[in-house]
Amino acid sequence: MEKLLNILNKIKPNIDFSKEQNLIEGGILTSFDIIRLVAELNSEFDIEITPLYILPENFKSAETILKLIEKLQEED
Amino acid sequence: MKNILEQFEQMAERFKDKTLFAEVEKSITTSEFKKRCQQLGTEIAKLGLFNQPVMVIDNRDIKTLISMFAVVYSGNHYVLLDGSSPIERLNKICAIIEPKLMLCQEKTLGTANELIKDRQCKILQIENCFNEIDLSLLNNIRQRSVSTDCVYILFTSGSTGVPKGTVITHANLLSYLPWFINCFNIDENTIFASQTPFYFSASVSDLFSSLFTGATFNIIPKSYFSFPIQLVRFLNERQVNTIYWVPSALCLVANIDLFKYEKPKFLKKVMFIGEVMPNKQLNYWRNALPDVEFANLFGPTETVDVCTYYKVNRPFRDDETLPIGVACDNAETFIIDQNGKEVTSQNTIGELYVRAPYVASGYYKNDEQTKKAFVQNPLQNNYPEIVYRTGDLVMLNRFGEYEYCGRVDFQIKHKGYRIELGEIERVAGAIENINSVVAIFDKEADKIVLIYTGKIKKEEFYSTLTTKLPNYMLPEILIKTANLPINANGKIDRKLLTNSYKQLI
Repeated sequence: MEKLLNILNKIKPNIDFSKEQNLIEGGILTSFDIIRLVAELNSEFDIEITPLYILPENFKSAETILKLIEKLQEED
Repeated sequence: MKNILEQFEQMAERFKDKTLFAEVEKSITTSEFKKRCQQLGTEIAKLGLFNQPVMVIDNRDIKTLISMFAVVYSGNHYVLLDGSSPIERLNKICAIIEPKLMLCQEKTLGTANELIKDRQCKILQIENCFNEIDLSLLNNIRQRSVSTDCVYILFTSGSTGVPKGTVITHANLLSYLPWFINCFNIDENTIFASQTPFYFSASVSDLFSSLFTGATFNIIPKSYFSFPIQLVRFLNERQVNTIYWVPSALCLVANIDLFKYEKPKFLKKVMFIGEVMPNKQLNYWRNALPDVEFANLFGPTETVDVCTYYKVNRPFRDDETLPIGVACDNAETFIIDQNGKEVTSQNTIGELYVRAPYVASGYYKNDEQTKKAFVQNPLQNNYPEIVYRTGDLVMLNRFGEYEYCGRVDFQIKHKGYRIELGEIERVAGAIENINSVVAIFDKEADKIVLIYTGKIKKEEFYSTLTTKLPNYMLPEILIKTANLPINANGKIDRKLLTNSYKQLI
């Protein structure tokens, strides 16, 4: 989780990602942020988030993102 | 015809009940749109402004479009402000314009209030302004207007850090649009899905051609580009047959191999503009959608939108350059070398000049920059004729098409050679497993810096580069990063990288 929070803060500083539950609808992560984030996650966690997983519900909060990472790591 | 609204009204007579603009959840017919514009236009006109700039805060929706064309109905010109831009940049634009009126929506009222602080500027919140239409007032305004009146002022980021506002007139648009409409057969059966922001010149062709022909213009929400599956589903749901996007949006689709999961089913034409479209990613599109027509468009805000175009008609290898083609109808382009002489031979680089009735009037309240870019035609001195210097370097290839070679400002002197950073990018970007690449020049250190994203190790990348580039063009610093920063227009932010690339090392 800490690693993920660090990545998130690298993309958007000054936001407490452990608390935010509405990253997409709240406009905290913009479209280019998501693409940057996916690229970072792919390289940092050695996973491949395909377009089928790049959906709003997977990027709502740090928790949902972490769940996605764990799921993809298991599949690997 | 002297006014773009006459063209719109002719269309509106024919296609009254046809959907003109559509968001994800809302849409508006031609006649309803006209009514709204006239209602709001009446309210603006009642304030007694004529031929004045009116600020419109862009919220990328139908209400924004109503605001823009209501301003035109009122006999004034609109200036779009990107609501998500830093307030500092918006303030710079307001300082140049010194607006008397700003249009906003309930949603953007906060931004509007902040911007007019300490200014003599009135705000109209448009939701309160849909009252009775005063047709005789609007008719009087139309009577008074001439085709050289300004329709909009569009701001581009000047290299000096001060935004430049390009003034575009009715005459410019009325002479430009027939080319776009005829060249790509735009008509009432065309269904667009718009990606580019309204404050970006690349939105002008699809937006105004919809107003002129009755094509349907779907507004894609920005967020769909972060969730690309939604994007393809949207294109299919709306049966979109024509798109006009920036290359980075097309590259995004290619880089994540989106068509492996879902393909657009109705697409017939794909146009792109704004940056160099790499053939590697274009080949992905061409292979996935073999029946689609592709066209590479090229042009600055100062010639409305496009000045040269190339309909992709032959195969290209990934490492070849896609030409920018030939001049649009009713425009002539030519190349001038460093000595001010015209270049007619192939493979000789020079600056691209444009002469056309759609060359803009100049920059708003910026005589100095206007005089630099809008100049007397260097090929004739018999009568006054203003042409536009694009600041873009091009050359003619063996097919007689232009190829883009970078910006005059990106041309550097290094190790005694004149080098185009764009050429380094083109070669490097075509190497396998490279997603995107940007070359910058650190003047102080006298070093070429190449920053890239992709699945390739630095050592391997560098050794491939040595086989493709002459020694003096090889980067002295090579940086691999997960992402390249993007500016407000969706282009790679070179300025930021030039100032801060050291942080990436």
